[in-house]
Amino acid sequence: MALKQWTRRAALIAALAATTGLTALAPAPATAQTPPGVLIVGQIAEPKALDPAAVTAVNDFRILMNLYDGLVRYKDGTLEVEPALATEWQISEDGTEYTFTLREGVTFHDGSAFDAEAVKFNFDRMLNEDHPYHDTGPFPLAFFFSAVEEVTVVDPQTVKFTLNAPYAPFLSNLAYPTGLIVSPAAVEQHGADFGRNPSGTGAFTFAEWRSNEAVVVEANPDYWDGAPDLQAVVFRPITDANTRTAEMLAGGIDLMVEVPPVSLSEFQGDGYTLHEQAGPHVWFLILNAKEGPFAEKAVRQAANYAVNKTALVENVLEGTAEVAAGPTPPAFAWAYNESLEPYPYDPDKARDLLAEAGMEAPEVTFYVTEGGSGMLDPIAMGTAIQADLEAVGFDVSIETYEWNTFLGNVNPGLEGKADMAEMAWMTNDPDTLPYLALRTDAWPDAGGFNSGYYSNPEVDRLLEEARVATDQDTRAELYKEMQEIVQEDAPWVFVANWKQNAVTSDRVENFTLQPSFFLLLDDVVKN
Amino acid sequence: MGRYIVKRLISAIPVLFGITLIVFLIMAMIPGDPATAILGSYATPENVAKLNRDLGLDAPLWQRYFIWLGNMLTGDFGQSFALNRPVLDEVLERFQATLILAGTAFVLCSVFGIIAGVISAANQYGFADKAITFVVLLGISIPSFFLGMMMILWFSVNLRWFPVSGMWPIYGDRDLGALLSHLTLPAIALAVVATGVVARLSRSAMLEVLRQDYIRTARAKGVHERGVIWRHALRAAMVSIIPVLGIQAGFVLSGAVYIEIVFQWPGVGRMLVDAILTRDILLVQGGVVFVAACYVLFNIAVDVAQSLLDPRIKT
Repeated sequence: MALKQWTRRAALIAALAATTGLTALAPAPATAQTPPGVLIVGQIAEPKALDPAAVTAVNDFRILMNLYDGLVRYKDGTLEVEPALATEWQISEDGTEYTFTLREGVTFHDGSAFDAEAVKFNFDRMLNEDHPYHDTGPFPLAFFFSAVEEVTVVDPQTVKFTLNAPYAPFLSNLAYPTGLIVSPAAVEQHGADFGRNPSGTGAFTFAEWRSNEAVVVEANPDYWDGAPDLQAVVFRPITDANTRTAEMLAGGIDLMVEVPPVSLSEFQGDGYTLHEQAGPHVWFLILNAKEGPFAEKAVRQAANYAVNKTALVENVLEGTAEVAAGPTPPAFAWAYNESLEPYPYDPDKARDLLAEAGMEAPEVTFYVTEGGSGMLDPIAMGTAIQADLEAVGFDVSIETYEWNTFLGNVNPGLEGKADMAEMAWMTNDPDTLPYLALRTDAWPDAGGFNSGYYSNPEVDRLLEEARVATDQDTRAELYKEMQEIVQEDAPWVFVANWKQNAVTSDRVENFTLQPSFFLLLDDVVKN
Repeated sequence: MGRYIVKRLISAIPVLFGITLIVFLIMAMIPGDPATAILGSYATPENVAKLNRDLGLDAPLWQRYFIWLGNMLTGDFGQSFALNRPVLDEVLERFQATLILAGTAFVLCSVFGIIAGVISAANQYGFADKAITFVVLLGISIPSFFLGMMMILWFSVNLRWFPVSGMWPIYGDRDLGALLSHLTLPAIALAVVATGVVARLSRSAMLEVLRQDYIRTARAKGVHERGVIWRHALRAAMVSIIPVLGIQAGFVLSGAVYIEIVFQWPGVGRMLVDAILTRDILLVQGGVVFVAACYVLFNIAVDVAQSLLDPRIKT
């Protein structure tokens, strides 16, 4: 009996030890540092695919830009294009023919040659529904190249794009990830699985994708633009921002993107470098110019004066954004009108404008989103904006929606539903946002994003002209004029331009963020 | 017994059909669609319509339901829009991770919950009882995601005893030790609340039993107190503790969603949250049906276990 009892107790203790004792065994490997030469990047999500034609998220672009090249790319630190896989190009007089001379001696990671046929394959796959590999899609951003009528192989090193009409953003669209060139041989080999077996010409070659754990890429020693210093890069998806911060603090990652504003103070010390870079992003409020109080220009201007943008940017966003002056982000330096001053915070002026318009406590329904791409801290911002507007006499009621529901409400237009909605855009060309969201022909029923029904024939004309002008200086003048008119008309409340941020550990050198928001790692060194 | 199990299994079939219908309708009714989620800023009606066509979402609702159901019966759960891979591959891989996490947490909460409950009951109103009741109350009151974050801050960031997140090391061997070092914090964070609930219910179940005449008889005939408690009383109390464990298994499984997000555990809970946010319809539907089926089977297993302990329950 005694023995039996003893064995029972022993079994119980053993069970306890097995469960708690493991705790004591485990710790050793946790403190192991990441190996030198291998950069570990904390990403915000698992990528969808590594096929540049098939994805839409900045998160995926961050990996893709290191695996592939396009015909052109953005010059370091700018949003202006420079040669990449194409060494030079000619644009025909009428702006509808682009002839590219391709770089010689470049091969894809799978060994196949990069030539004009490969370029043609890429665009035909995306745009031509009869192409044998069109079914490796869908290609949601193919409309970036909807102006392309035909791609012609002139000779192995020369390729010609024929457009159905002059389209100025064509070159910067080629620099966008959707224009990155994939290996036709790899697409033919892997078919729909190409997105998990990518092959490009970039600085890094694909090594391994462990679902929900990591994408591993290794240095391409034969890279045409010089082999990278790093041996490998590991992209880890860590969706929760607090967990990402903790990983950075614990040394589990070397580089972290999208640091939440509240965590910035954790990285003030010597062990870390904080990087910031304003990008082609604008955060604004769409005002319903068709009906309700904001049909009056004076009331729209009043809202612009009433919102304390400096306080939003400094307090709510902890300095991770700058006050926006107009519809075009300053990151498009060549097209940005430097003379624009943001609407100052002037509640008295706002009250005067309201009084002049004969508005007494105008009622405003305000759509706020819970999150979403580029929306920063939409609930806190929405609440602060509500308080500012109420302080000058508006009567604001907020309706909050989850992001996709929100888009489903806002994109079809605000008419009959709301007077004001939060919105943010990140684009790659100064044409995109105003063309899609400020023209009369971009009202929702015409298939655009002008959800507030702004209409000014002069703005329409400027945007149409800028789109077909191929000379960059001419385009710049047109955009600058457009910005002045739009700022005066105030179809939106212009709020903020987001500064993308990242933190690197003190072992990482030569890292800079790009205004494109892409992550370029070919020059980075890790000690 | 065999007939009982077969009967229960057959009765599960309409439940599963109901689940497929409900999850399909919910995904069809919630605002927002996959094309809008994929296109984001560029979701013009024209682009959305084209993408919906490419994704095969332009067929009528009932048609889509029967296509989906028919494919599922042949084992084809479809392709995830957001991850570009077969739903079933993703669900199985993710469910395995959840099973490891939730299974460990379930074992922890059952073992420690029952032990704590029994000790409490055996020392009713004594010091041990009061101490355990206090700790249990504390455990039940802390939200698991908050506890998880605090544990990361303390044990991973400050002390560096455990890795912050993930299931496997990025470099190094994938052995049991590596798994355990990643598993310890999330499993404990997940088990705490359930342990408290199990402890409380075990305590009251034990107290109930300890008042019975046969316990007095056992004591009177001189059975050692430990034997009375662990052998006679606990065995009888298990009849009412086991169904609680069945319910706790459900709680642990659903609580795993928060823990998987905080600890970046590659489990099915986090997968479902991501899938809902990106309107990855087939992945949500496939994931929910799979998890629900497992839960139904688990409950049948609990009922069978209970009927083994107490033959009167068998119907």
